[in-house]
Amino acid sequence: MLLEDLREWADRERAGRKQICIRCCTSAGCQSSQSEEIEKVLEQAVADRNLGDKVEVRRVGCMGFCGQGPVVSVEPEGILYETVTPQNAASIVAGLEGEPVEARKGDLQHPFFTKQVLSVRAHGGRVDPERIEDYIEVGGYQALCRVVNEMTPEQVVEAISKSGLRGRGGAGFPTGLKWATVAKARGEQKYIVCNGDEGDPGAFMDRSVLESDPQSVIEGMAIAGYAIGANQGYIYVRAEYGLAITRLNTAIKLAKRHGLLGEGLFESSFNFNVELRIGAGAFVCGEETALMASIEGKRGQPRPRPPFPAESGLWGCPTLINNVETFANIVPIITKGPEWYSGLGTEKSKGTKVFALTGQVRNNGLVEVPMGITIREIVEEMGGGAPDGAKIKAVQSGGPSGGCIPAALFDTQIDYESLMKVGSIMGSGGMVVMDDSTNMVDVARFYMQFCMEESCGKCIPCRDGTVQMFDLLSKILKGDGTLRDLEALEELCDMVKHCSLCGLGQTAPNPVLSTLRYFRDEYLALLKPETEAAQPAHS
Amino acid sequence: MKTVKPPLPSADKRWKIIDTKMRKMGYKPHALIEALHAVQESFGFLDTPALMWVAKSLQLPPSKVYGVATFYNFFTLKPQGEHVCVVCLGTACYVKGASKVLSAIEDFAGIQSGETTPDKKLSLLTARCIGACAIAPTIVLDGNVAAQMSPEQAVQKVKESLTHAS
Repeated sequence: MLLEDLREWADRERAGRKQICIRCCTSAGCQSSQSEEIEKVLEQAVADRNLGDKVEVRRVGCMGFCGQGPVVSVEPEGILYETVTPQNAASIVAGLEGEPVEARKGDLQHPFFTKQVLSVRAHGGRVDPERIEDYIEVGGYQALCRVVNEMTPEQVVEAISKSGLRGRGGAGFPTGLKWATVAKARGEQKYIVCNGDEGDPGAFMDRSVLESDPQSVIEGMAIAGYAIGANQGYIYVRAEYGLAITRLNTAIKLAKRHGLLGEGLFESSFNFNVELRIGAGAFVCGEETALMASIEGKRGQPRPRPPFPAESGLWGCPTLINNVETFANIVPIITKGPEWYSGLGTEKSKGTKVFALTGQVRNNGLVEVPMGITIREIVEEMGGGAPDGAKIKAVQSGGPSGGCIPAALFDTQIDYESLMKVGSIMGSGGMVVMDDSTNMVDVARFYMQFCMEESCGKCIPCRDGTVQMFDLLSKILKGDGTLRDLEALEELCDMVKHCSLCGLGQTAPNPVLSTLRYFRDEYLALLKPETEAAQPAHS
Repeated sequence: MKTVKPPLPSADKRWKIIDTKMRKMGYKPHALIEALHAVQESFGFLDTPALMWVAKSLQLPPSKVYGVATFYNFFTLKPQGEHVCVVCLGTACYVKGASKVLSAIEDFAGIQSGETTPDKKLSLLTARCIGACAIAPTIVLDGNVAAQMSPEQAVQKVKESLTHAS
């Protein structure tokens, strides 16, 4: 297959389109609210009204407005219906013939939609993730074809470097630099690994991308394979993401069947295959060395770095490991050019970032925004503020490795450095909004419990430190803590942060540190006076 | 060295499916987690004979297989109840009251999370985060996600699933 074949195929698909397209979200969120039934009702309604010649119903991936699901869109009218039910779905089809529609219309002029810049999520809600034809229609695999036939591996690495893309898994390491390192590493066999072990509670960007547009991740991996000289890739997905696993399996099978994965791609000598590996419920496997141990069939325990995976990764071979969202950014960068990408965002943080906006906020869902936007714009304008007149107190970003940012700092702009300066991290993109009913000490304890239970037990600072910190937080929360306990807690935070082996332990104190920094009063209010505590119990 | 493949633990056809999975991966050690997934998918849990058989098939020490099976939360060595209810305790669910949902179900079923009712009808589990945060708080009943649950609605859902014959 060559570029013209792909283009011809895409044209054929476009020509086969009907005049009106009704798209029904079938991602995990909407599926849980009967979107499968809704899709059937829509199909039936089209058949009943004999509209089959000009109307088609498509199952598509996530449109992002998950909090108001199930969502259905009608093109070219450009209408979005929210909280559709199987009972009122047929009226959407009736609406095409001028009859009244019972389903609620969404406001597409709301900042939730207008402030978004879609790159990673451009195909979400547009393509059927289980039909490769849909992906081809939007230009799928043309980037890989061009890369393989028109660019040298060095040029590809150069393009990614120029785009300024940084790792979307949370740490923000420059992607181009990582690729260049693996490309230079010596070794006959190299591997590509896609980290889809999205373990941060409150984050679901990667699940949405894998469920909605799996082919774009596969194509991104193949481009990476060409750039660094690898012929084998692994996608590691957590077991909790059943629908993503099913769709990835289908996507890999279809890509192989159409010769878009396998031997001699696009009449070149480049071979690339992708296999899926399923996690088994261990948060620590999001750490790259633990993840690779898990792919090798071992307990997911991290090991010290160096050597970094770029030198010695899977089975000791040089390995490029990137997050799902990072790979999903590759095709847009190749297609639209690195200059386009680096034109978005701030000086040091380029491009867009997808956030999962959840918690005590009116509009829940996924938003893809340019870097440099402020937290206030996301939470108050796009999210619509707190529901029911409550007051927003803080936003937690970065999951158990991140921190709580108080409302007073909502003018902070979103980029790797600014978030770190206020005591949080970009993380993978979870953004949980908390209102004034939230007890921040309880939140800190919640995250500490998480880290305590998920500590793999290999290094002592993390294994024992998290237990001690959890106990101290529980004691303080119960009203039994003293100022000395608080001091001990702070000391432990420092020790665990600096002595742990991997990111899990090194960042476990962050939620405590950030709540202590901004909400110290809440801790102090819970403390028992020192004198009272110092008295012996039986005096 | 010629290796002898262990016989299937029983005539049950499901063992063949698991064996095929391991064969496709060349009976290499890295097939371990995939093999355990296959056993749990087929039988619902991992018992000692199954672990021993996987160990022999992949030529791994039983200690290593046991180590992996107990390291990962997803694997269970105990049989589950007829119905399985998972309460998500991710952050978004938590700040929207997931702990109240959990205690309501615990009170209703008379068991703690991680336990199965004595009549083996219901197992209650918790999840770190199922990634359905926009529709929090959520529970997963027999594989189906239920959105925006109040404690009362959640108990009602569990009741309904128990009265339906599975």
